[in-house]
Amino acid sequence: MEVPDQRLSAATFEELALPLFEQLYNFAHWLAQDAAEAEDLVQETYVKALRGFSGFQLGTNFRAWMFRILRNTFLTSRTGLKSTVVSDEEIETIPSAAPNPETVLIERANREMVRQGLTELPVPFREILLLCEVEEMSYEEIAQVLTIPVGTVMSRLFRARRALRSLLVEKFKGVQNGV
Amino acid sequence: MACEWSAKLDAYVDGELSSSESTALAAHLRECTSCATYALGLVQMKRSIAAAGKRYQPGAEFRGKIQKTIGSKRRRDGSWYWKIVAIPAALVLILSVTVNLYVNREKARRERVYSELTDLHVATLASGSPVDVVSTDRHTVKPWFQGKIPFSFNLPELQGTDFSLVGGRVTYLAQSPGAHLIYRLRQHEISVFIFQDRGDGTAALASTPISRLSFTVESWTKNGLRYFVVGDVGAQDIESLSKLLRDAG
Ligand SMILES: [Zn+2]
Repeated sequence: MEVPDQRLSAATFEELALPLFEQLYNFAHWLAQDAAEAEDLVQETYVKALRGFSGFQLGTNFRAWMFRILRNTFLTSRTGLKSTVVSDEEIETIPSAAPNPETVLIERANREMVRQGLTELPVPFREILLLCEVEEMSYEEIAQVLTIPVGTVMSRLFRARRALRSLLVEKFKGVQNGV
Repeated sequence: MACEWSAKLDAYVDGELSSSESTALAAHLRECTSCATYALGLVQMKRSIAAAGKRYQPGAEFRGKIQKTIGSKRRRDGSWYWKIVAIPAALVLILSVTVNLYVNREKARRERVYSELTDLHVATLASGSPVDVVSTDRHTVKPWFQGKIPFSFNLPELQGTDFSLVGGRVTYLAQSPGAHLIYRLRQHEISVFIFQDRGDGTAALASTPISRLSFTVESWTKNGLRYFVVGDVGAQDIESLSKLLRDAG
């Protein structure tokens, strides 16, 4: 039986791209902080990816490619432009507290606290933590999504964790002091 | 944080170190409280973010919309952009991408479970109070878990063996609660993890002891429960404790 080429390719794209739907939506919503905007971002991502699929390189990580399209779409959206006034070089200089000895703190911090902390983090920190912990991407995949070197992934991740930890320390102290 | 290893801890908990470096760092964690404490904090943070980060669900209506965008509707339209994709390339793509996705996912999942458990093992022992119920008596430890986890289990009689029970605590693997028991053999601590078997292909996990980093891990399912035995002792010792547990379970 002959399979028409359009059908085969469309089926391939659908097979690869549809399983990523929920992950992409979650990531989009975290970036945009708004449901309607997240839907627009995901919709646009799929349209762009479908259009660019023929140029998709064999051996490239498909998931990283999709996330990269989504992120670039976000960066050029109105919310994205507003949230990322900092350049990659500037991110590296955002101060973050030294590691806190109260490590058990994170275990005690409840999920809502962690959610709030993530929301308050600058986008570059928020996105790298989500890609690493929620999407469980390797440094290499993250580097592909963010189009930065692996070394930068490591240092930014390190800084992001520090930043979140110090936010949580503040929140946790607030709760303990009955604020 | 003056320790020379401290700069590698993030990469270690992220599973990004080479296996020789991982082995060396795993050994170091047993001797260095400051690194072990920091690693424990990292592991906890990773889990908290993973749990808190899975937050937003797309609606069914929106899913339908996306399906229409990329699915059959376009196909019937005979959209122009598919005509430039050559068949051979697409076939190779299907094969390589799906196979790689599968292999990587399987490998990643297995690696993740093992590394999560060995991390838990190390982190728990490094923490000030590794167990929440301290008892060498299985008749004390077993009922302590009642109401704390959604299943019950049996523990073996240890008289006449070299193993002793230290105690237990509630633990989590991929958000599902389970029992973490700690046994002692000579100078070594061995962790036993018991979770509900969710039949999600965890069966692919080793049923004979495998060595991961400096740890030996054995895993099996029985009566709807999945057991993991993790320790830095030899495969033979892991196997004898596993046999005791199997016979009791
Ligand atoms: Zn150290």
